[in-house]
Amino acid sequence: MSTRAFGSRIRRTIDPALLRGEGAFVDDIPLANPLHAAFVRSPYARARILSIDVAAARAHPGVVAVYTGEDIGVLDREMPLLIPHSSMRDARTQRPLAKGDVYYVGQTIVMVVAVDRYTAEDAAALVEVEYEPRPVAVDIEEAVKPGAPLVHDTHPGNVAAYFVQVSGKPDEAIPEAEHVTKIKVRVERSTAAPMECRAVAAQFDPVTGELTVWDGTQAPISVRGGLASIFNLDEDKVRVIAPNVGGGFGQKVLLFYPDELLVPMAAMQLGRPVKYIEDRRENFIGSSQERAQVHAIELYAKKTGEVIALRDSFLHDTGAFIPYGIAVAQVASTSIAGPYRIPNIWVEFTAVYTPTVPVTPYRGCGRPQSCFAIERAMDQLAEELGLDRFEVRRRNLIAEDQFPWTREGLLFADGLRVSLDSGQYQKALDMVSEKLAPKDFAAEQAKARAAGRYLGLGLAFYVEGTGLGPYEGGHIKVHPITGKVYVNTGLTTQGQGHETVFAQIVADQLGVAVEDVILVEGDTRAFDWGVATFASRAATVSGNAIHKAALLVRKQIIHAAANMLEASEDDIELRDGAAWIRGTDRRAPLAAIATATNPLRYAFNEAAKAATQFAPASRHDGPPLDEGQHPGLEATDYYSPACATWAYGVHGAIVEVDPDLCDVKIRKYVCIHDCGNMINPTLVEGQVMGGIAQGLGGAMYERIEYDREGNPQNANFVDFLVPYATEVPNVEVLHLETPSPLNPLGVKGVGEAGCIAVGAVIASGIEDALAPLGAGKFRQTPITPSMIHAALEGADGR
Amino acid sequence: MPRARPRLSVPSVSSDPRARVSITVNGEQVEREVSVRLLLSDFLRHELRLTGTHVGCEHGVCGACTVLIDGKAGRSCLTFAVQASGHEVRTIESLAGEDGSLHPIQEAFRECHALQCGYCTPGMIMNILGLFESEEKLDLSDEGIRLALSGNLCRCTGYQNIVAAVRKAAEAMPAG
Repeated sequence: MSTRAFGSRIRRTIDPALLRGEGAFVDDIPLANPLHAAFVRSPYARARILSIDVAAARAHPGVVAVYTGEDIGVLDREMPLLIPHSSMRDARTQRPLAKGDVYYVGQTIVMVVAVDRYTAEDAAALVEVEYEPRPVAVDIEEAVKPGAPLVHDTHPGNVAAYFVQVSGKPDEAIPEAEHVTKIKVRVERSTAAPMECRAVAAQFDPVTGELTVWDGTQAPISVRGGLASIFNLDEDKVRVIAPNVGGGFGQKVLLFYPDELLVPMAAMQLGRPVKYIEDRRENFIGSSQERAQVHAIELYAKKTGEVIALRDSFLHDTGAFIPYGIAVAQVASTSIAGPYRIPNIWVEFTAVYTPTVPVTPYRGCGRPQSCFAIERAMDQLAEELGLDRFEVRRRNLIAEDQFPWTREGLLFADGLRVSLDSGQYQKALDMVSEKLAPKDFAAEQAKARAAGRYLGLGLAFYVEGTGLGPYEGGHIKVHPITGKVYVNTGLTTQGQGHETVFAQIVADQLGVAVEDVILVEGDTRAFDWGVATFASRAATVSGNAIHKAALLVRKQIIHAAANMLEASEDDIELRDGAAWIRGTDRRAPLAAIATATNPLRYAFNEAAKAATQFAPASRHDGPPLDEGQHPGLEATDYYSPACATWAYGVHGAIVEVDPDLCDVKIRKYVCIHDCGNMINPTLVEGQVMGGIAQGLGGAMYERIEYDREGNPQNANFVDFLVPYATEVPNVEVLHLETPSPLNPLGVKGVGEAGCIAVGAVIASGIEDALAPLGAGKFRQTPITPSMIHAALEGADGR
Repeated sequence: MPRARPRLSVPSVSSDPRARVSITVNGEQVEREVSVRLLLSDFLRHELRLTGTHVGCEHGVCGACTVLIDGKAGRSCLTFAVQASGHEVRTIESLAGEDGSLHPIQEAFRECHALQCGYCTPGMIMNILGLFESEEKLDLSDEGIRLALSGNLCRCTGYQNIVAAVRKAAEAMPAG
């Protein structure tokens, strides 16, 4: 190939099908006569179930089956705790169908299966459940107070987990401080709100004994493992397919949701395909949420602004259950010092049960919260010391020659060390400074203020440990007939563009066009070693595994081609879908090489005929396949990172606040980011811009509102405000590329990057804009017009 | 888990009253007897297997289910199939050529990387198509395009590339 595919702005290969409406999402898969499931869900945040009467539902025309917790056999158990950790005691997970007690509004109690969804929902409404409501404390700060009502009687104080991490010697450093900044910040509960809600369909084939499950999940291999374990089936008899999935953002990495077990069960029992297509309200009350944390952070600094120690104590809302363990809180706690050297860290968290939808990772996974805490604290430190906000950061950033910067003592969510491996932090800050020109802006700001307009500059830095282990794999096979290259990995995509970037990696090594590399993933039958798509890990972990596999296949091609063309391996080059003797027009097409390496008896096709024109692909005596040789061009390899690789970036914005309407307009938004070598800058920008829009939702609009009784107040798209095109500004994205020293491709993850800093940027900007009015501090997101109004109410400057 | 023996008598229909509908879909007239409360979105997706029309919220906010009804963008999740009887419906499946060649709007979306998961995309494109084919002149300023898109949610892209795609498509489309 004359140009490298890696690093090029190549159009996505998946797009034509999606654009024509030919995508195949779970509810698009044609099934023969499927039945439909609907659920009876708890209307109480906390209650005892006194009785359940399903007689009317069972008798309803069109109803096939009605299941309570009594009717589901082996599934009547608490679902698995996915990631155990010593900080949790008796971690609570939910039952597929509640028995005895309910713990949040939306918890599933009864499943109805009927001929269509309309009928199933009608019948669900006929189920009579008698409840004895119990008192609740919904807010995390209320829930930990002595005497607060308990979610689980087994957990006094509603404490689900408590964990302290220490790096350096904070006790020794703290007395050396010349200045202390202490602030408290709060980030509210939000949700991923993927455009496609969750969906699962299952079909059991009584002839082969195979269970096939189509699941809009981020983790098909893990789902397969769980289903086989729980149903006691051979893994080989369970196939899980994640077809096209309409966004996930972490919500779809949790397993199991009740429906993921109950729908396959019903399909096996009823002998008919069964599907459950979650509706939007159910997504708001039944699928995982995240974000609510309250941090009390303290920076211990020298007069120069150099921070020598940090203490942070935070509450993490885990909802009614903790199926994913402490991952979110652990990521927050290990990211708390951001891009700063801060050599001494003491951070503790308490994960708190509240009678609300369970919390598991949502894009960002604790990072937006810790970024909000440290960045708001840095702004405050700057103000208290009379330093510029850029300057205070400059004095604390890890310098280029200080990498790797290891925070000894901290363990990341994968249990591995926290070591920031590479970056150009100072340069990134300089770039955002150049774009926002703070000195010129100060003059513009003063001028605007004189004219009664309030402009503010917002600034925030973030870091992101990406590419978490344990491993992923890559399998590559060159098809002998067409010469097309098939690639498999254990992940699945929710729109990130795996099919394109993985093809780019392979295309370079094998000298083929990107469109001739076909990725098949998200299907346990295609490849069944691996973990899942989460933690900005696909490009890093699967990308490097596929790269390693491609190197092996490259070697096979060159070896076979050298034999076929009777040339030296050193003279073989791969390009344009063929192996060439360098500097000549002698070549063997890839299809012919793939055919020639497969000692086959029949010649079906052109590739086989072409193969006969060359010398044999393998030179050995004896049987057609030599000892240890395999037919064709094919290899599998794996990549297992030693620790996360750390991406980073800095965002800056100019905002204008209207103090009368309490309305915020974003006049300019700049993002400098660095995810190492970029495989496809267009797709990287897409990830970043999408992340920023999602971050903006959290910064200004999105909050799951529970009333004091734990009823969600805005479980729909009318009241829960996902930004439209009219709310999201144009964003200028600038790249830095500091290769990761930790992996062969030099890449870092980018999936979550965009959303992390936005809350801190917006708060910083609004605070700066309204400072002359004495509006005080903005230490909570989302920042709503009401909050701005309240901040201005008590202000003296109006 | 031990499997139950498959049930031999499983009901196959609900007791919903049914009605005959006759709808012109993508230029072809189709007749079906359907439940009177069947949504147009479900009719298109499950009766006709035109699954390119997606359902994102079922309460008319996200716009993923947008189709053209008598040439105007409409929410198929807020329309009953019986309401569409006697009317013309166009879905995303009607845009590309028989050989799969993309419509200028689809082409622009591809060029501009204006889609990621692709779930909101068909509704987004049908909305834009409705505007392009209407008598009204589209305001192609950033603000104008954003306003035109303000009935369609996208959770992946941050909209910037969609705005660019609409502008590019407008340039590529024959005037009118």
